[in-house]
Amino acid sequence: MSSTLVPEAQADQSGRTTQTVEIDSHAINFGPQHPAAHGVLRLVLEMDGEVVARADPHIGLLHRGTEKLIEYKTYMQAMPYFDRLDYVSPMAEEHAFALAQEKLLGLEVPERGQWIRTLFCEITRILNHLLNVTTYALDVGALTPSLWGFERREELMEFYEAASGARLHANYFRPGGVDRDLPAGLEDRIAAWMAGFPAWLDDLEGLLTRNRIWRQRTVDIGRFTPEEALAWGFSGPCLRASGIAWDLRRAQPYDKYNELEFAIPVGRNGDCYDRYLVRIAEMRESVKICNQCLEKMRPGPVKVQDHKITPPARADAKRSMEALIHHFKLFTEGYHVPRGATYTAVESPKGEFGVYLVADGTNKPYRCKIRATGFAHLQAIDALARGHMLADVVAIVGSLDLVFGEVDR
Amino acid sequence: MARLDRAARSLFLAELLAGMRLTLKYMLKPKVTINYPYEKGPMSPRFRGEHALRRYPNGEERCIACKLCEAICPALAITIESEPRADGSRRTTRYDIDMTKCIYCGLCEEACPVDAIVEGPNFEFSTETREELMYNKDKLLENGDRWEPLLAKRLELDAPYR
Repeated sequence: MSSTLVPEAQADQSGRTTQTVEIDSHAINFGPQHPAAHGVLRLVLEMDGEVVARADPHIGLLHRGTEKLIEYKTYMQAMPYFDRLDYVSPMAEEHAFALAQEKLLGLEVPERGQWIRTLFCEITRILNHLLNVTTYALDVGALTPSLWGFERREELMEFYEAASGARLHANYFRPGGVDRDLPAGLEDRIAAWMAGFPAWLDDLEGLLTRNRIWRQRTVDIGRFTPEEALAWGFSGPCLRASGIAWDLRRAQPYDKYNELEFAIPVGRNGDCYDRYLVRIAEMRESVKICNQCLEKMRPGPVKVQDHKITPPARADAKRSMEALIHHFKLFTEGYHVPRGATYTAVESPKGEFGVYLVADGTNKPYRCKIRATGFAHLQAIDALARGHMLADVVAIVGSLDLVFGEVDR
Repeated sequence: MARLDRAARSLFLAELLAGMRLTLKYMLKPKVTINYPYEKGPMSPRFRGEHALRRYPNGEERCIACKLCEAICPALAITIESEPRADGSRRTTRYDIDMTKCIYCGLCEEACPVDAIVEGPNFEFSTETREELMYNKDKLLENGDRWEPLLAKRLELDAPYR
């Protein structure tokens, strides 16, 4: 807080001196416990009246040293850490790590494994956008979307649970495929859900898209031109809202994305409203992708059958000596990744999520740098929020889709 | 005309009323909430909840103290000590899981070659003190005995996929 002392101190009649203090600006602490701060964001806002003069994000409150911890775990043990980075879209993060290892190991994932991963990445995208859009609306004052959205999320998490055993921290993707095949009947359940979802999305839009309060709070707030968005390192829906059709699923397709037909929704103005619209449109595209995945999926192996990397079937391990040896070797020592380095990025629901993996030929990563999407978005908050009102900061934070597990790592 | 249309919509709060009609429609739908302690959401056989140590049907404990679960545990939550028993078979003398460290990743269950340590269907094991969450072998075996019918069923259902 800066203040100016008016120099002439005056003595009043009783002999006490009084000073006039003029306050120029206020510094406000936004978070880390503020419910609209999406976790543990602490923003120090220097205010000029009700207008933000400077927004200064303070991070690190959720820092767990993931990158360093991964250096001390075998590759298989490191996988669960990725669920806990961006805990709103766990499987997308696992995907980046799995792909990075596959690149170094030179693995070719079986067809069904790739389809399952693509399917669950898109389910993850819907999960993430549902949480973001609805809580973003909640921050801005609309309660109903979040109640509806969480109902849909609940159903999606049941699919997560049916496939992986956990509703959130799945630990399902593996280098070379996925942990287990989908249980019988799950594909039909997902297809049935996908059939009903677009109509529900229309209802959600009915509450928000044309709503005057929602528009007043988001249109022209936190505007970024395409150049600015690029300069600040934006990616994902935030970049696309500014009008740049950049999507890693299209630009450098991984797994099955090159065999799928989907559109890349793009915004026009790069403001908070456009970011919302892009996310809604992406959910509709995700439904299309999921339907295509379910259609094209055929029975088959879901992971590489090289038992130096993936564990053998349990029935085999009980009969075959060799399988049992592989099993023991894999769960104690793990597998060795050949010396090399790779930067592998996926289009996570929030944007470009990358893993820079340096392997030194042992069973543990030498270095694993994580390129967190939210980190790049958060650094732009000063540029986005400056000159806006205090209440608009909430809308901007919501529209950037920040998750602190990922920002702080 | 378009401008007039927009003005009329704006004046008569068209989009707000449409939104309210929508919420009213949802209000009249059957409710989706469940009465939690009495009703529970669906759960698949793969659910990873509270741990249990299983026994063979003849009462012999399955765990052979191979320590694979201890080795794979990313959170270092499992501690095992072992000794040959009087009959010469190798068994654990100590099997502790620190449930406050456990991240429920399911790798211990995946690693176990004899299906001894499993993550069961129980997720309602909160305690009042931290100490109660330091599970020892007795507690884990007791869990196994209590949940065995369900555990065996779950493993049987999931066996084709593992």
